[in-house]
Amino acid sequence: MKNVVNPPRREKLKSICFYFQVHQPYRLSDCNVFEIGDKEDYFHGPCNYENHKIFEKVANKCYLPTNKVILELLKNHPEFRVSYSFSGVFLDQCIQYGEIGKQVLDSFKAIMDTGQAEILSETYYHSLCWLYSKEEFAQQIEKHKKLIYKIFKKKPSIFRNTELIYNNEIGEFVREMGFKGVLAEGWDYYLDWRSPNFLYQPKKTELHPEDKKIAKKHRIRKTLPKDFALLLKNYKLSDDIAFRFGNQGWTEWPMTADKFAAWADNAEGDTINLFMDYETFGEHQWEDTGIFEFMRHLPGECLKRNIGFKTPSETIKAYKPVGEVDVPYLMSWADMERDLSAWCSNDLQKNALHRIFDLEGKIKSILDQLKKGDREELMNIWRKLQTSDHFYYMCTKYWNDGDVHAYFSPYESPYDAFITYMNTLSDFEHKLENLMQLTT
Amino acid sequence: MFGWEFPPMNSGGLGVACQGIVEGLAHHGHEIFLVLPKVSADMHSGKPDKLNLLPAHQSGGLIKVSEVPSSLYSPYTDVLSYKKWLEELSEDEPDTMYGKNLFEEINRYAAKAAFYASKVPHDIIHTHDWLTAEAGIQAKNIGGKPMVMHVHATEFDRSGDSINQQVYDMERRGMHNADRVIAVSEYTKKMLIKHYGVADWKIDVVHNAVKPNFSTYHKAHHLNETDKIVLFLGRMTMQKGPDYFLKMAARVLEKIKRVKFIMAGDGDMMEQVIHMANDLGIERNVLFAGFLKGDEIHRAYAQADLYVMPSVSEPFGITPLEAIQNGTPVLISKQTGVSEVIKNALRVDFWDIDEMANKVIATLEYDALANTLREQGKKELDKLSWQKQAKHIEKVYEQALGKI
Repeated sequence: MKNVVNPPRREKLKSICFYFQVHQPYRLSDCNVFEIGDKEDYFHGPCNYENHKIFEKVANKCYLPTNKVILELLKNHPEFRVSYSFSGVFLDQCIQYGEIGKQVLDSFKAIMDTGQAEILSETYYHSLCWLYSKEEFAQQIEKHKKLIYKIFKKKPSIFRNTELIYNNEIGEFVREMGFKGVLAEGWDYYLDWRSPNFLYQPKKTELHPEDKKIAKKHRIRKTLPKDFALLLKNYKLSDDIAFRFGNQGWTEWPMTADKFAAWADNAEGDTINLFMDYETFGEHQWEDTGIFEFMRHLPGECLKRNIGFKTPSETIKAYKPVGEVDVPYLMSWADMERDLSAWCSNDLQKNALHRIFDLEGKIKSILDQLKKGDREELMNIWRKLQTSDHFYYMCTKYWNDGDVHAYFSPYESPYDAFITYMNTLSDFEHKLENLMQLTT
Repeated sequence: MFGWEFPPMNSGGLGVACQGIVEGLAHHGHEIFLVLPKVSADMHSGKPDKLNLLPAHQSGGLIKVSEVPSSLYSPYTDVLSYKKWLEELSEDEPDTMYGKNLFEEINRYAAKAAFYASKVPHDIIHTHDWLTAEAGIQAKNIGGKPMVMHVHATEFDRSGDSINQQVYDMERRGMHNADRVIAVSEYTKKMLIKHYGVADWKIDVVHNAVKPNFSTYHKAHHLNETDKIVLFLGRMTMQKGPDYFLKMAARVLEKIKRVKFIMAGDGDMMEQVIHMANDLGIERNVLFAGFLKGDEIHRAYAQADLYVMPSVSEPFGITPLEAIQNGTPVLISKQTGVSEVIKNALRVDFWDIDEMANKVIATLEYDALANTLREQGKKELDKLSWQKQAKHIEKVYEQALGKI
């Protein structure tokens, strides 16, 4: 007889928690120095990468076919669950781009209507504002919340930050805002020997009194939930799908639903958190890699092995945190370093980031004197310029490594990205100056 | 190896590249017998003020330099200017014997080449550009060893569409007689395939490198701290695009006034360029520095806030690498081979004046941009070396010898 020693007691079934990030930036239109002062449309996109064309391409390769598969799965398997976060700028583009946008939005709504999917909260503009302004951070979460309610009639209660940027302070801040949980990378550096396949609590931290005030002011609910949990990404299993799936040089290639389910079955823990970019399906992993077929079979194979599915909220409800995770420094889900170097490491990025966030005071000081339409337009432009992608395009580290797989950019070089950004920003500052003169 | 120019007796990039190749190959233990049209006393003595000359004794006896007495060293001399020069010379020195034209000169050199090929033991023949193509062919006929032709520039780069048929024929003959062809860039390789009908498989791309620089000049040597300096350095010929540089300058000055545009170099477009600066009304901001040599070049780079190479067609173009070495950011036209090598540079189409001006202004305006270009460019440059490139040339030799 095998297993004479007590097998570990499993109170509940193990489950998989799928989370997909859906985002499209407003790439900047070309802008040279001679256009400063009368640049019209910042956000049409570069002439070779017009935003609406990219949206259409991704819609056809990823959003629409993937949503079709997911919807089928949700209907065929009542146990199946998924969760999404949509950046506000993605949803804005859905609304802006006519028929194709409507199709995409409707297909997402159909998924939400099954009741088997959850929407998470994030900053409206996929912004790095946490690093520069807590007030702006909270305001964007609030604005995003309103948009989600307007479109989906849902109220998110779990937060995920841009690029999964996280530390103790962020955990505490969003807890103070009334969220029930937050997503983060399950990075070994902070977990040490521990597994990401459990719920944890963030290490308790004191917020700066001013920051605490801001968080309280922007609470998403009246009373704070009793428990608050940290969901950590299982990056090994997530990346097996997101990065390695179609790699024929990988020793595990070809990956099958059966094989993946067996791995999940062998993994110890309560929850296997599979967090990834939605563009994994059809964009990063092309259809011919078999990624859609893989997804089609995965839930069935998991359920066969008694592995269930849960949304982040259900996960938090079902399991108890097993300990505390201390993340004193900022961590993200990007690159080997899991730090913020993709967005704010070189002089170009620092220069551009400081300049855009330095405008906050000026902008917010004149808002009251503007008409509603003007106010919204001004804020909208400033915030669209905060989207992390603009700074990612200025990153020189991939550029020098020649690592094109990790680096997609509509620009020929990080330098071109910087120049276009700074010229656009100069035009914006010019317009802001004009507005300020009008208001005083 | 058949060369035409060699530091310090050189007027352009070919000699510098040739020196790098020779030193790189010597580093890997290859014995080189270098045949030049003329060997000057300077080459042997190596005066410190001159550009780095390769002293034969330093190569451990691996490099031997031989000379074919010849009247010209410049590979850029075209048929017409040779004639003109010859006429002037005949008046001055009526008793001296010179080849009646450039082609006669080349043939004389080739005959000498054949002589060396029969006397000097060798495994492979390496020629550079059209001037020594015939020498390579003759040497191959006599010695029976494989020939490699190294193409640094083609007639299309030099003359645009109005090419000299004789020169073209000689280039073509060289490439077709060669066992392997080395192109200095993908850009050049494409030209060889398109215009010369050379088979793709026969051409290998070996980019140029740049020798380590020990110049001590740096930004502290600025002439005027309040004015920014944008530098053009190269021959004033159609190929180098000095006119595009001026048009860009005029556009930049519309936006920012405190900029000086320094144009260093000489050439047949000089007069035209001076006129053009006047016509554009920017003569106060354009300074002509003449033909610079040796250390003056390093100083010019170091003083500049940006080096611009707006070439219309440039097979390689080594000057941006030298600028980066001296800590200067560079803007290069996309119609150059060097843009395949250096990623940390600003790139534009040479005809896109607005975009060129846009990038110049951004570099002068944002220190973050200039600094990042400077730092990243230098890092990238550190990875390039003639020793590494010589390894690639070695591979080409092995292929020519049928070892691969």
